[in-house]
Amino acid sequence: MLAVQDLYLSFGGIKALQGVSFAAQPGQITAIIGPNGAGKTSLFNAISGFYRPDNGKVIFDGQDITALRPDKRAELGIARTFQNIALFRGMSVLDNIKLGAHTRLKAGVFDALRYFGRAQAEELELRADIEQRVIEFLEIDHIRKAPVSALPYGLQKRVELGRALAMRPRLLMLDEPVAGMNREETEDMARFILDVQEEFGTTILLVEHDMHLVMDICTHVVVLNFGAQIASGPPETVRMDAAVIEAYLGAAA
Amino acid sequence: MITGNLKTSYGADEQVLDNRWKRLFLFSAVLGLGGIAGFGNDYIILIACQMGIMVIAVTGVNVVIGYTGLMSLGHAGFVAIGAYATVIFHNAAGGIIPDGVLTLVAIPFAVAVAALAGIVVGLPSLRVKGLYLAVATLSANFIILFLIEESFSAPWTGGMNGINTPTPNLLGWALDTRREQFILIAALAVLALLGAQNLFRTRVGRAFIAIRDRDYSAEILGISLYRTKLTSFAISAAYCGLAGALFAYFYARILPEQFELQLSLMLVAAIIVGGMGRMMGPVFGVIIIVMVPEAIKVSFGALAGGGAELAMIRAPLQEIAFGALIVGFLLFEPFGITQIMDRALRALNRWPFARG
Ligand SMILES: Nc1ncnc2c1ncn2[C@@H]1O[C@H](COP(=O)(O)OP(=O)(O)OP(=O)(O)O)[C@@H](O)[C@H]1O
Ligand SMILES: [Mg+2]
Repeated sequence: MLAVQDLYLSFGGIKALQGVSFAAQPGQITAIIGPNGAGKTSLFNAISGFYRPDNGKVIFDGQDITALRPDKRAELGIARTFQNIALFRGMSVLDNIKLGAHTRLKAGVFDALRYFGRAQAEELELRADIEQRVIEFLEIDHIRKAPVSALPYGLQKRVELGRALAMRPRLLMLDEPVAGMNREETEDMARFILDVQEEFGTTILLVEHDMHLVMDICTHVVVLNFGAQIASGPPETVRMDAAVIEAYLGAAA
Repeated sequence: MITGNLKTSYGADEQVLDNRWKRLFLFSAVLGLGGIAGFGNDYIILIACQMGIMVIAVTGVNVVIGYTGLMSLGHAGFVAIGAYATVIFHNAAGGIIPDGVLTLVAIPFAVAVAALAGIVVGLPSLRVKGLYLAVATLSANFIILFLIEESFSAPWTGGMNGINTPTPNLLGWALDTRREQFILIAALAVLALLGAQNLFRTRVGRAFIAIRDRDYSAEILGISLYRTKLTSFAISAAYCGLAGALFAYFYARILPEQFELQLSLMLVAAIIVGGMGRMMGPVFGVIIIVMVPEAIKVSFGALAGGGAELAMIRAPLQEIAFGALIVGFLLFEPFGITQIMDRALRALNRWPFARG
């Protein structure tokens, strides 16, 4: 599905990634964990195409996508959410989610100017699809017309997940989906993530600090520390790993 | 909150004219245009034609500045291209294509040439934003006029001296009075607005807004910044090209100096006053931008009865009023008249159940 091979990335003197390699198994949830500044978001940015790695490859479905622009990677089926919510703040929930379906829609400029006909048919079909696969699924029917900027943080995170789901992604990357959420919101989000995996068979890559969540729902864990990959394996073994315990205790102390 | 959401299907929910006040507004607007065409005197027809042409151009400016968030001070260049392309096409194809069809081909031709120019002028938007883009497009405006004025193009464009323009002819109907031309201008202005409205109900327009609001989020959803920004510039320039074609038909002669920076600034001012990124923004903006100087002119005429001293201060006063208008809107109502209208409409819609 997704494989990252020997990725190196630096910003001036800062080595954000130093030889990261792992593979995300199809239909599974893989977690990337590590202390603050470990390079998790940088890794996501390298996978989605915002950062060009100094060395190494990103392989998606057997294709080397290291040189592709972010929008091309999205077209291949890679979706993500951001650590600091990156919704279109002026738009309604519905419009945000519709934008997720952009690459699936076909209307050209002339269809759009006319609207009636092809564009309208497509828009109505999209609306019905989104209502069912995203809005109902994420239980956000009550806010579909609300401007996203008026929503509480937890709901915004959920809408951002919805926007990614509207892409019908094959790989879904979530950067700290439950950060800043209370217990209940966290449980809701965990349930949605598991539902996505189960219903749509989506491969998921998850960056998260909430260890309970990670240990509960992931099948594979990759641990980064100062850009280096210090462990990789199933949650039970990673949890016992000496280097991991050291990194976390070191960070806490 | 809008009271009484009784929609029963997604189709109904996707409608634009979703309450009776909007329908009433549209209905009276069409009625008003018909009234002008039928009963307006020469002066009203003249002003209405100028406004119609401006509305089309400002709608174009709105696409790129208001909806896509890309600054441009070069759109007068596209109006020039549309105007000159129309005249050149008429002169070149005059003997070949029958008169009744010429206009029907010349207008799309002018629109297409302007759209292509839009793509070229839009190229800097792939690298720079804001002030830098404003300067780049401003230079494009100068370059376009330079190319029109230069001696090598003078045989086609008339150079600095300008060139006489043809009379539009629709399948044998020669539009040789302003009243007839008003019908063409008004029809195309309404179509232009509807087209723009439609654009933003689909993926094409949504992508523009997405880029304006947060470009990296747009990219992550598979929206190509390159293609989308250039598409926006092309559509925007096409609108201005259409305005240019009508401009050429409307005036007996066109001159390069009519398409200078001042026109570009006026187009931007209109959208600031009317409401950026709002469908009716161009309409309200143009009404104000054209009416305020006109009102000053008319009231001065009445006051002075042609007195020389008063006439002297009229021109600067008009410019000061123009400037004050823009600054006023930027300070107090950055979303323009449309915002004020929206508020009124919402209040109306709730009435008599609630106020405010
Ligand atoms: N665009 C950038 N320019 C310069 N330095 C950067 C940039 N992006 C990330 N870094 C640096 O790279 C390192 C890794 O940052 P990154 O955001 O990937 O960490 P993270 O693991 O996501 O941390 P957190 O848990 O706090 O989100 C940090 O030292 C950060 O300051
Ligand atoms: Mg991070």
